[in-house]
Amino acid sequence: MAKAQPSAGRPRPVYLDLLAIRQPIPAVVSFLHRVSGALLFLAGIPLALWGLQASLGSPEAYASFAAIVAHPLAKLAALGLLWATLHHLFAGIRHLFLDLHIGIALAPARRSAAVVLVLALLVTLSIAIRTW
Amino acid sequence: MVNLKAKHVVGAHYGLRDWLAQRVTAVIMALWLVLFLGALLWNGGFDHASWKALWSSTVFRLASFLFMVALLWHAWVGVRNIAMDYLKPVWLRLAFQCAVIALLVAYLGWTVQVLWGTA
Repeated sequence: MAKAQPSAGRPRPVYLDLLAIRQPIPAVVSFLHRVSGALLFLAGIPLALWGLQASLGSPEAYASFAAIVAHPLAKLAALGLLWATLHHLFAGIRHLFLDLHIGIALAPARRSAAVVLVLALLVTLSIAIRTW
Repeated sequence: MVNLKAKHVVGAHYGLRDWLAQRVTAVIMALWLVLFLGALLWNGGFDHASWKALWSSTVFRLASFLFMVALLWHAWVGVRNIAMDYLKPVWLRLAFQCAVIALLVAYLGWTVQVLWGTA
């Protein structure tokens, strides 16, 4: 912000090119919270139900389900949904703390956002390495 | 200056209820996750038999049903928020939200089938 001027009546600059504005980390985490939530709704719920149903069937059904999930592309998709779950979970827990007025100052809010972002990626990566 | 006399509070007043529901359902889901991870650690991983045994326990079935109700309610609040932000034509938003509700209720039926259908 530059000088405080009486701006009533004057045309104000509107600059909302989201790709040109450098977003602070809490904004990135918030955006990904929405993206991951949409992903979980569109793909996560039906795939989880389908997977659970397939895994609870006969041993043959279980084996064919395991074979499908073992395909590299299916694994990649599952890991993507795992990341979406973890990011949404961690960002949600952070949100609950913010609701309780814990960590709402700028510095801790930025720190906790970075923790959410990195932790979701790290846990996804470690599970990817274990299960590949 | 803001003309206070011109300020009318409008709306159906479901904002706070939805806000609270989003958080309560989130906590329910987190508690289920603790239960599930506890079962995972207690078993030390799952094979087909122990996996089926877990999902045939009445307590776990009921907890999972509760989780799913919380999830679908939570998804409704979130998807509705997204629709309100991006779907501007009223007819489009209404049609989308009706489709989402239908889908979520159908998912609940599927959940019951998966949880209790396989015995």
